Amino acid sequence: MTTKHEIRRGAYADSVILMKVQKGLAGLPGVDDAAVVMATPANKDVLRSTGFDLTGIDVGADDLLIVVKAADEQTAAEAIAQVDGLMKQRPSGGAAGFRPKSLRRAADMLPDASWVIVSVPGRYAAAVADEALALGKHVMLYSDNVPLADEAKLKQKARASGLLVMGPDCGTAIINGVGLGFANRVQRGRIGVVGASGTGIQAITVAVHQLGGGISQAIGTGGRDLKEAVGGITMIDGIDLLAADAETDVIVIVSKPPSPHIAQAVLNAARTAGKPVVIYFMGQFAPGQRLGNLAFAQSLQEAAALAVAPQGRDGGAEKDGNNKGYLRGLFSGGTLAYECVMMCQAVLAPLYTNVPVGTAQPLADVHASQHHTIVDMGEDVFTQGRLHPMMDGSLRLRRLQKEAADPDTAVILLDVLLGDGAQADPAAELAPAIAAITQARPDIAIGIILIGTDSDPQNSDGQIDQLEQAGAAVFRSVDGAAAMAIGQLAAVTAAASSVAPLPQTFAAINVGVETFHDSLQAQGASVIQVDWRPPAGGNDKLAAILAKMKGR
Amino acid sequence: MIDIEQANQETVTRMMAARPILKTIATARDVIPGMRDDLLLHAGPPISWENASGPLRGALVGALIFEGKAADWEAAEALLTSGAVTFEPCHAHSTVGPMAGVTSASMKVYVVENVTHGNVAYSNLNEGYGKVLRYGAYSAEVIEKLRWMNGTFADILTAALAQTDGIDIRALLAESLHMGDEGHNRNKAGSILYTAKLAPLIAQTDFSDDEKAKTLQFLGDNALSVLNPVMAGCKAMCDAGAGIAGSTIMTTMARNGTEVGIRVSGLGDQWFTGPVGQPDGLYFPGYTAADANGDIGDSTITETAGIGAFAMAAAPAIVTFISGTPELAINTTMNMYEITETEHTAFTIPALGFRGTPTGVDIRKVVELGILPQINTGIAHKEPGVGQVGAGLVLPPANMFEDALIAYAEKYL
Repeated sequence: MTTKHEIRRGAYADSVILMKVQKGLAGLPGVDDAAVVMATPANKDVLRSTGFDLTGIDVGADDLLIVVKAADEQTAAEAIAQVDGLMKQRPSGGAAGFRPKSLRRAADMLPDASWVIVSVPGRYAAAVADEALALGKHVMLYSDNVPLADEAKLKQKARASGLLVMGPDCGTAIINGVGLGFANRVQRGRIGVVGASGTGIQAITVAVHQLGGGISQAIGTGGRDLKEAVGGITMIDGIDLLAADAETDVIVIVSKPPSPHIAQAVLNAARTAGKPVVIYFMGQFAPGQRLGNLAFAQSLQEAAALAVAPQGRDGGAEKDGNNKGYLRGLFSGGTLAYECVMMCQAVLAPLYTNVPVGTAQPLADVHASQHHTIVDMGEDVFTQGRLHPMMDGSLRLRRLQKEAADPDTAVILLDVLLGDGAQADPAAELAPAIAAITQARPDIAIGIILIGTDSDPQNSDGQIDQLEQAGAAVFRSVDGAAAMAIGQLAAVTAAASSVAPLPQTFAAINVGVETFHDSLQAQGASVIQVDWRPPAGGNDKLAAILAKMKGR
Repeated sequence: MIDIEQANQETVTRMMAARPILKTIATARDVIPGMRDDLLLHAGPPISWENASGPLRGALVGALIFEGKAADWEAAEALLTSGAVTFEPCHAHSTVGPMAGVTSASMKVYVVENVTHGNVAYSNLNEGYGKVLRYGAYSAEVIEKLRWMNGTFADILTAALAQTDGIDIRALLAESLHMGDEGHNRNKAGSILYTAKLAPLIAQTDFSDDEKAKTLQFLGDNALSVLNPVMAGCKAMCDAGAGIAGSTIMTTMARNGTEVGIRVSGLGDQWFTGPVGQPDGLYFPGYTAADANGDIGDSTITETAGIGAFAMAAAPAIVTFISGTPELAINTTMNMYEITETEHTAFTIPALGFRGTPTGVDIRKVVELGILPQINTGIAHKEPGVGQVGAGLVLPPANMFEDALIAYAEKYL
């Protein structure tokens, strides 16, 4: 047993506080007894009589004396180190009805608030949101007319801090069952929504409700989130958040047409969600109806229906493949190649081709594959001085062997076109080569898109048999083959988000439109209204100085 | 670029770590830096005779009569306007004084040492109520009282303090805030604590029982006895935070009856001034707002240090000055948290769950939020010599905070 003390000269504190600190110290493991007192003669007498040895301690009535009796020196020192923390454990009292003027003060008054709802005029909104992020709060930015560059900056800052910025111009969200902005009263459930459109979120959440489902969270991103300048940060982080959310079984994402590159990043985030994701990119080409765990809807209503009954989509969630290698597609039919590029460019990056569309980029050299490659070998450059590959497969056969020898190759897609005029028995030429590849490289998946009927001279059934026996998977359309290929390959994910799980209860600080405060209060949420005024009373010169001092 | 947050933290940390101890009482000319026989110190920012208000003029005249340099107003005014006697802000000499704050070379002053950082601050002795120099009274009875205070009364206190290591002003204030004081306009509890500490020491001195009794009576009757050592204590704390490069914390706020001035830690000794406001308050019977002088005194050093109006939630009874409710007292303090850097580690408010008082006015927040530091103040009559006519609340002008911000931008940004 050892006794350790600390003296704080002239540090007066009320005895009620000191007794609380003393109780806290005495309750620490390994601490036998503790005293935290103003060292008045009376207090010193009490200490002596209760077995504290004060010999050699020179301390006066204005001094705060801390004495700890503990099992060992370190325990005592650690206990004394706790004093400041215990002293600070005070409820932050205040008068009922006091309205804070600053976000900082509101945050002190409602420390549980994890959201700040901002609806001040657009020119001031980014600064308020920025301050909210600095305070560690998620932001719903209802304001519009926020410059795009500010939106990008805010979202990058949010991502770096593990926070979400919904908006600007985010009209609708439902967080922990509480509707923000314009939201409908829908039942709670296990479907999470991330939407770049407020009315889209309203339509889907209402349809889910009507179909008997319920909403876990509905996250609004604002209409410009999927622009290149912003990069879909909120949508991607929202998907990641819902992917990790134990209360969410299915995710729905809805947006007006995004830029192709951003759409690709979003779909890759969705592919790694580990749960079914229903996608409705209005007016955007969908790479099939289903792609692994992804289902593509063609309307708001269908998106809701797919979310409520994900089992209706032949099978449940599939995780994406984890093969980090590349797809190599060697096509003889130009339109089949083009359709395959269309589908694959939605998720595979970088994808090179001689028929570029969407995010796909032109090949530097059509004879050499790079990363993911889909090549139309019916193009003129391949047919100069030789027959079209539908009649002479030798050039493609050599390219097939070259791809099989590439250690980075993971999936090979080939098309086979039957019918009058085509090669007499294409399978007889391909099957031995495929068999040799499956033997030497069992890690490579080979898919064949076979276009032909059982009435064709080559007889499709016989051709399929030969190819399947050689180890290829045969599909009768491009979308099946593309889905197989993509399913094999690992999703390319951007910087992993680190948005922490949302707290169980919803509490917020409202800055701006007061009806939002009233609406949240009516829904039973904890909310505090900031009595906001433009900084420096709207004096631009002073406001500019203040902004500069804040490093903005 | 300068780290403002760090500079501000350093400023308030130093202000709160400062431990002002009332060490002794001494003659101004012997201790105050730069004090001279032909110099008078006054409250607030620098001012000319021409612009000085009635109470300040009266106090300057009274001090010259007390010093024996002039017999009457005309003679004193001649000395003051000719430059034969000059007058400078108390704040330029580590000193503070309530109301007119006039301090002359022969006057006794409290010597308060910040034992943490070693700086020292000074304040004259509180004269109590009635006709007093600090409100500009200079009649024979005022001078007579000054002679006793700067004579026997000061000698007894000096002898009493000599028996101790000093009185810890910060600890005394911390306790008085828990007893319903806010340390500026309400010092009832603090003055009793002060008297209680001095009483046994005074009893031990070699003066006559009559003199000792008169001294104790004067201390005990005056609910402002402790105000001057408290102000010097606050000055010692604020000076500890002055001169921190890059800091936007206000370390001086003072009024001379015509203008209010502030100084900012990161902006050196430069004053930023604006016209004084008219207090909103209650007037003693027979007086109205028409009688009121502009706000005056260095006592806003208390708000600067984190008490006074900033600690109003600790002193709900103070709202009787403006016929307010206790809720107003709470909300005043709550508002001040908006514009301050931190919560005081030594001064706490029971009604707010023992939260620290709002401490360290950040001029950035004042300008950004448009919330001005609240001041609790006594109201002086505009004619010299009439005295206090009321008490109330007042706000300083916004322009000096804006000017300081612009000066800061020019210096640092």
